[in-house]
Amino acid sequence: MISVKYFASLRERMGRAEDRIDAMHARSVAEVWAEVARGAPWPANMLAAVNHAYANAQQQVYDGDEVAFFPPVTGG
Amino acid sequence: MTILVCNTPFDPWQELARHQQALEQCGRYGATACFVGTLRDFNEGETVAAMTLEHYPGMTEKYLSAICAEAAQRWPIIDALIVHRAGEVTPNDTLVLTAVWAAHRAEAFAACRYLIEELKTRAPFWKHETLKAGARWVEHNTPG
Repeated sequence: MISVKYFASLRERMGRAEDRIDAMHARSVAEVWAEVARGAPWPANMLAAVNHAYANAQQQVYDGDEVAFFPPVTGG
Repeated sequence: MTILVCNTPFDPWQELARHQQALEQCGRYGATACFVGTLRDFNEGETVAAMTLEHYPGMTEKYLSAICAEAAQRWPIIDALIVHRAGEVTPNDTLVLTAVWAAHRAEAFAACRYLIEELKTRAPFWKHETLKAGARWVEHNTPG
């Protein structure tokens, strides 16, 4: 399984904080997004992380990974 | 190097004093530079009543630690401290403290600036403002 987390405005937009998907259904970050968003396009400015490190859409994902999607960060 | 994410109010000056008193390199540092970020009661034309700081536990600590390590590689600093607030905050609450101890001011100032600027662009925090009427997510940071 792949754990998928959403933060901030994207969490509100998704209507949930996380999902779990079968690793058979997604081999990359882009495919994880396509799976959880049911084909909706990648939102402008959306960022992604795999196992707590920033990742691009093409990065491969594996069973047991944690993938996160979120808007630009605004800390400090 | 110390990083801390705290869910309750903190006094940056007490944190600075406590950290400096615990430093073992007495006599080696001649410069302490710090940045303290505080919540304003206005932002982009609106009155801000309160704010919630959301973050990504695990990734946040990883990036704050990495940013400290990068600063230590770039400049000959003795120690660094980052304390960042999470949760509900109100105007005048401290949001963030970055501090650097070094032999000389040049590297202390440069490294301290690096900590806060990198934190703002890479550490996974998000601000949600409660306004007089309504609420909104902060979409971008103000320029440094």
